[in-house]
Amino acid sequence: MARTRIDETFARLKGADGRPALVTFITAGDPDYETSYGLLQALPAAGADVIELGMPFTDPMADGPSIQASSLRALKSGMTVRKTLAMVRSFRETDTTTPIVLMGYYNPIYIYGPDAFVRDAFAAGVDGLIVVDVPPEEDAEICLPAIEGGLNFIRLATPTTDDKRLPAVLANTSGFVYYVSIAGITGTRAPDVTAVKDSVDRIKRQTALPVCVGFGVKSAEQVEAIGAYADGVVVGSALVNAVATSLDKDGGATPSTVESVISLVSLLSKGLVRRPAPMTAEHPDQTVSA
Amino acid sequence: MDKTTDALPNSYRTGPDETGHFGIYGGRFVAETLMPLILELEEAYEAAKRDPGFKAELDQLNAHYSGRPSPLYFAERLTEHFGGAKIYFKRDELNHTGSHKINNCLGQIQLARRMGKTRIIAETGAGQHGVAVATVAARFGLPCVVYMGATDIERQKPNVFRMKLLGAEIVPVTSGTGTLKDAMNDALRDWVANVENTFYIIGTAAGPHPYPAMVRDFQSIIGRETRQQMMEREGRLPDTLVACIGGGSNAIGLFHDFLDDRQVAIYGVEAGGHGLEVNNGHAASMNGGRPGVLHGNRTYLLQDDDGQILEGHSISAGLDYPGVGPEHAWLRDSGRVTYVSATDKEALTAFQLCTKLEGIIPALEPAHALAFVTKLAPTLTKDNLLVMNLCGRGDKDIFAVADHLGMEM
Repeated sequence: MARTRIDETFARLKGADGRPALVTFITAGDPDYETSYGLLQALPAAGADVIELGMPFTDPMADGPSIQASSLRALKSGMTVRKTLAMVRSFRETDTTTPIVLMGYYNPIYIYGPDAFVRDAFAAGVDGLIVVDVPPEEDAEICLPAIEGGLNFIRLATPTTDDKRLPAVLANTSGFVYYVSIAGITGTRAPDVTAVKDSVDRIKRQTALPVCVGFGVKSAEQVEAIGAYADGVVVGSALVNAVATSLDKDGGATPSTVESVISLVSLLSKGLVRRPAPMTAEHPDQTVSA
Repeated sequence: MDKTTDALPNSYRTGPDETGHFGIYGGRFVAETLMPLILELEEAYEAAKRDPGFKAELDQLNAHYSGRPSPLYFAERLTEHFGGAKIYFKRDELNHTGSHKINNCLGQIQLARRMGKTRIIAETGAGQHGVAVATVAARFGLPCVVYMGATDIERQKPNVFRMKLLGAEIVPVTSGTGTLKDAMNDALRDWVANVENTFYIIGTAAGPHPYPAMVRDFQSIIGRETRQQMMEREGRLPDTLVACIGGGSNAIGLFHDFLDDRQVAIYGVEAGGHGLEVNNGHAASMNGGRPGVLHGNRTYLLQDDDGQILEGHSISAGLDYPGVGPEHAWLRDSGRVTYVSATDKEALTAFQLCTKLEGIIPALEPAHALAFVTKLAPTLTKDNLLVMNLCGRGDKDIFAVADHLGMEM
């Protein structure tokens, strides 16, 4: 499979830049298409290295109240899978390097048609997929078609993914591994930094892929602490909450909506500390495959 | 691969396959956090099935706690009234807690105890499952949290109070539209956050594998008893089976033992709400929906063209679910079971008819089954032995019925 923008980005960050990635999540269409498209366009300059674009679903079982509400706002504004793909297509007209990962649940993809979805997503400029409710046991559904269609399939590893199960989770994962730092739903508890480090180390012993950590990250300090050992830090609910608090009483966007999210991303990106030059700095290739 | 397009299978009773699929339906569509739990549950359930002690304990509880076997009752006056098939009721409404739900809860709580789980969670719609879970949790001294849609709490007050008396904590669910599907979402969210100590007692034969098979197995006692009782009463098998379908646990419980007796005609009755022609006005996922993936399995779902789940509608909170158990989806496609629907109005009429002619107040759920019997029975010959699963009693529904009929309580 050809290298995706995700592969290129992590290679650059690990090599020349020597720092972890900031992975940002926003929901496509929250609170409306135009606002979230404006936000999407502004994210890279604010410090987002990878963008997870949420595809709204009525029943986001693995998400907490913040992202549930965000999904419902997006659906209410008329967001659909087709419009999400169109948003990525527009984004690619001006940004050809920032990786975009579509994140969502399987049913809208299943109804769109998995093969057609992979084809249209790739053509739109999507780099990877996270489909929360499709475990390795159901790989034939969308994981294998995605890989065949040139997309990374990024899987979640969790505190309940033990050593026995980890190989199955890693088997068809590409792009990066998303380590869910708590057993729970998005945006609720704060992760225990030490326990998370042990888990990241455990995963890294079994894969050369970058490992990004998410769930419950909301401050630059957390970004810095987790970024000290993980290849990337994912921030989702905190950004979605920033959208929510910026809205007017009818749930509509205000002039401060994009600005409040972007300033939070800028703030969080301050936690992306350049690592002390590693011994292997002059051999970036080795670092990448280590 | 796609069993549903194959010629007739040798047996309709062998599913699911080892990966939890009934044809293209079923499966394990859950977040990774839950996957190890689902696998552990499957292993524990397989071990329990092989353990004679597990079965013996469950048999004891069914007999002495729940009151099984439930009677097979000849509904003489309804039979006369319709002038066709000889109508029997399988009286699962006489079980402890007033519905078939206890069959499954006794099985699952035994499994929870075997697995060393110390906390029980559940979702409930009409509250019948919630009451049954709260009951077994009280019986075995385990703390219990029941997720219930805020809308359902409002329309099922008696059951909410029962659960509270039994010591359960009721969590009102306001996400989505506050009905059964949202309660199931929140129960799944709880489970994801408390995987170590918590056992999720799913109330219907749906969800990720092994739930559909496990719930069916615990409910299949309904059909096994029916077979034996009918042999004793009439010396032969029934000709026709009818049951209502929400998620479909009472129905699969009655049907499963008879699936390979091809001469037995089997009907599942979905909630037609305001009518199948009314957009989003019914809860008939097989007659008015299409296959999709929700709550851990692929099955027929009420959904829009973008794959977003619709709420549906039924007068009965127990049938008001946008999906159906995956085995029913497969039985539908294979043609072994015929799935029809009955509207709110038809169910209300049947509810009153049963009350007046048989002195039995049925729950609104089996009133849907009876509504179809109203149409079917007169077309059948007098020697046609028809069994309808009277899966719940109507005490919980009297307020809602009074409201719909414009009667003062």
